[in-house]
Amino acid sequence: MSEAAPWVAQRAQILRTSLGVGVATGAYGLSYGALGTSAGLSVVQTCALSVLMFSGGSQFALIGVLGGGGNAVSGSASAMLLGARNALYGARLAPVLGLRGLRRAVGAQVVVDESTAVALRYEPEGVLAARLGFWATGLAIFVLWNLSTLVGAVLGNQLGDPRDFGLDAAAPAAFLALLAPRLRGRSPWLTALAGAAVAVAVVPVVPAGVPVLLAALVPVIAVLAGRSR
Amino acid sequence: MTWAAIVISSLGCYLLKLAGLSVPARWLEAPLVQRIAALLPVALLAALAAVQALATGTHLVLDARLAGVAAAIVALVLRAPFLVVVGVAAAVAAGVRAFS
Repeated sequence: MSEAAPWVAQRAQILRTSLGVGVATGAYGLSYGALGTSAGLSVVQTCALSVLMFSGGSQFALIGVLGGGGNAVSGSASAMLLGARNALYGARLAPVLGLRGLRRAVGAQVVVDESTAVALRYEPEGVLAARLGFWATGLAIFVLWNLSTLVGAVLGNQLGDPRDFGLDAAAPAAFLALLAPRLRGRSPWLTALAGAAVAVAVVPVVPAGVPVLLAALVPVIAVLAGRSR
Repeated sequence: MTWAAIVISSLGCYLLKLAGLSVPARWLEAPLVQRIAALLPVALLAALAAVQALATGTHLVLDARLAGVAAAIVALVLRAPFLVVVGVAAAVAAGVRAFS
């Protein structure tokens, strides 16, 4: 969409994208909620994690360890390792969002894969578009993730597996759709292919959450190598 | 013990997010950092898409997801809107799963 596109139409498009991402990932809260209570956490504990931790991967990791009778310390450590990529996202978003004080404190809680992806998708269209994408996606996911956690925790597995509805394909498709507009020219294509290849290659050998962090090294190495040439 | 783990690891996860948002702007102004930052979203989005399409925990698994993602790529090439791309992926994955 060009810069001349009216803000109203652009805003509607950003909100649709944010809500779509929110529904696709929020639905996973049903699985998480059901898994939390079946792992031995109470409904309140399961829901508290969705409010307080609000980071899907980290939450699945913690309840997996706690539910398996594992050490709480190692559970916490893997949750934080999975959450480390949010620090990277935050650093990348900091100049775009320009948050201070209370807004930064609130915004930090919704720095996750999806809000970052939507913000960066709209970054080329201006700071306002990127900020709207971040807040709308963050809010949509926060509300839907917590609601669906509660429903999943109370109803258990009665609702069925989200995979039966193909929702496990919706998430990667959403990330691809957010990536597509950036694939103009040789260097973004090479970076994307190398990032995906690195992440997939290390999946079997590093803990979950780390592959995406290692993929972030691709542009670092590419830029440093380009400079020294 | 469970509550302690919940509160402490939630606090840790929050502080990681806050630390990222609190990186001083001048650290990010260097031309080299700017060039890395410009390419970073491409690497991150591609990695997220690839990992979510192929990984289950620490295993690589080829399943109905891949059919859904392939359909999404076709939809993207045809310039379908965002929600259509996501919907096509879910529908194809669900369909493949239902008939396999």
